[in-house]
Amino acid sequence: MTVAADPGADPGVDPKSDLSGRGSVGDVVFRGLAVAAASLILVALAAVFIFLGIEGIPGFNVDAQHYAGQGSFLGLVVPLLFATMYAAVLALIIAVPFSVAIALFISHYAPRRVAVPVAYVIDLLAAVPSVVFGLWGAVALGPYLVPAHAWLAEHLGWLPFFDGQPSGNGRTLFTASIVLAVMILPIITSICREVFAQTPRLHEEAALALGATRWEMVRYAVFPYARSGMVSAVMLGLGRALGETMAIAMIASPKVVISLFIVGTQNPQTIAAHIAQGYKESTPDRLSVLIATGLVLFAFTFLVNAFARWIVARGRAK
Amino acid sequence: MSNIDLSNEETTLSHATLPRGAQWLVGVAAIALGGLALVLGMGIVGAVVIGVLAFLIGYPLWALLVENRRSATDKLITGLVWTAFGIAVIPLIWLVYMVVARGASVISPEFLTYSMRSVTGDEQGGLYHALMGTLIVTGIAALISIPIGIMTAIYLIEYGKGNRLAKAITFLVDVMTGIPSIVAGLFAFALFTLLVGPGTRFGFGGGVALSLLMIPTVVRSTEEMLKLVPDDLREAAYALGVPKWRTITRMVLPTAIGGIVTGVVLAISRVIGETAPLLVASGFNPNMNSNAFDDSPMMTVPVFIFTQLSEATAKGVSYAWGGALVLFVLVMVLNLIARIVGTIFAPKTGR
Repeated sequence: MTVAADPGADPGVDPKSDLSGRGSVGDVVFRGLAVAAASLILVALAAVFIFLGIEGIPGFNVDAQHYAGQGSFLGLVVPLLFATMYAAVLALIIAVPFSVAIALFISHYAPRRVAVPVAYVIDLLAAVPSVVFGLWGAVALGPYLVPAHAWLAEHLGWLPFFDGQPSGNGRTLFTASIVLAVMILPIITSICREVFAQTPRLHEEAALALGATRWEMVRYAVFPYARSGMVSAVMLGLGRALGETMAIAMIASPKVVISLFIVGTQNPQTIAAHIAQGYKESTPDRLSVLIATGLVLFAFTFLVNAFARWIVARGRAK
Repeated sequence: MSNIDLSNEETTLSHATLPRGAQWLVGVAAIALGGLALVLGMGIVGAVVIGVLAFLIGYPLWALLVENRRSATDKLITGLVWTAFGIAVIPLIWLVYMVVARGASVISPEFLTYSMRSVTGDEQGGLYHALMGTLIVTGIAALISIPIGIMTAIYLIEYGKGNRLAKAITFLVDVMTGIPSIVAGLFAFALFTLLVGPGTRFGFGGGVALSLLMIPTVVRSTEEMLKLVPDDLREAAYALGVPKWRTITRMVLPTAIGGIVTGVVLAISRVIGETAPLLVASGFNPNMNSNAFDDSPMMTVPVFIFTQLSEATAKGVSYAWGGALVLFVLVMVLNLIARIVGTIFAPKTGR
């Protein structure tokens, strides 16, 4: 942290400056290795597109029976894509307020000796494998939330989200999106925490000196400064939620359907969960359909992530 | 004369404030209310909810009455921030408790050394095959990712600083970070379907899929560590006539080695729990398979957990918890190693 690399003083511009000439073979080889490794990344990403393309593109148009009863590729992928976004947005709605609050807690509210262990605990949450979250959601959290499902369906049934027969085992999109929220919470929290901590000290002190309460200081000094960072944190969390597979595959009992109803036994299925549940498939046509939906997921998350990066870049340019 | 007027209450700079320790007073009252709810039979969750709500409403309300609206808002937000933290910790504690409590009763020498080969009904099975599979697949991923990741980071920091290829690579590493894990699995599956034959699921495929997820993490963390190495060190080496590659291998890498190892171990701990790519790329197999290049599926612990849960039997669920505990311990041990290495080799920047 203390020693920032100085781009002006790049010592490595000229390997030929080795006067003795010794080691120049080593230099060439080593440099070659480094370039090769870096280029391999380029090749690998190109390969991802090419091979997914070769195997997936036939999946756009195969026999109608391979589209899980939906008749055509669009008929299958549109509901899946809808469910993917729907689950991710639900998770974000739950996770974002908590993430921002916890980030604030760590950066501005908690005393230092509390903040450090708290940050560690949140990082620990990020280390838990997704399949363990899925197991916990399906076996522990889901059954626990059954009364909540019934209550929501009974009292808030006039909302399309809760309008219907509630599930008796809690394996619903409602439970899954809570688990998804817990899973994306660490990533959003850690980015928000970093941008909050970067607020210029003078801005904060100036606000406090003018008589602002702590909340007013946060609102008028920290938030405006951190806005673009917060937006990109949310977008990155969204990207993570879109691609997350196991929580939904393990918890929500699925159906390929466009529906807002989240507390019942037939939940809209996401792309990733749909692919995961076809893991035993071996019919080539069915497999290429799955790969084609994967291609759509990849393209979609790529757009979301690119948008997030664009926001960061714009924030930095200001 | 007018001086006397200034000491009048309306012109003092301070206003009425809550007594010191007011939050503790409200806190005790809130706990008492929660306790009352418990006595009245609301259940422990209801009691806690009532206690927290009482504090969240009572404290700002008191501030509103005695102080002003701004102060009340401030206190409300402070309360909410603390509550948010408290709520976020619940899933973690609950999850760790469940994994340890449910998993510990399943773990036995048999569970760790048997596979699920022709296990039916209530016969004793185990996850030996899955554990070995996880170690093999993760090992392959590490063997592929560590050299590529570290060399790429060396290129980005030592050779390509600011040139066009380096910028492109930085961007692509960003893109790789965002690849959904299941897409990485599909890629490996598609690749080996073309190279080997349709429907190929085997250990090496899983390793390739995981390495796609691991490389960006290794590049990122190594890059950060190499940036921390002071340029003085490099310049001193050049001044002594040391060739650049010797400078990197003898000066730069040893200086940064602690951070690099930490980053690599954390990257391993991240991919060891990946499920979706392995489900697609290395598949499901109840038998022991120790050959990653053999054209047959290789079982892994995450896939074991997933498939045991989908059995939907009491035994399946308890085996899933056993697998979860094994996986959890693996991940925590790796995290602990990373932390220990990190503290042992903490960068001594000397400034």
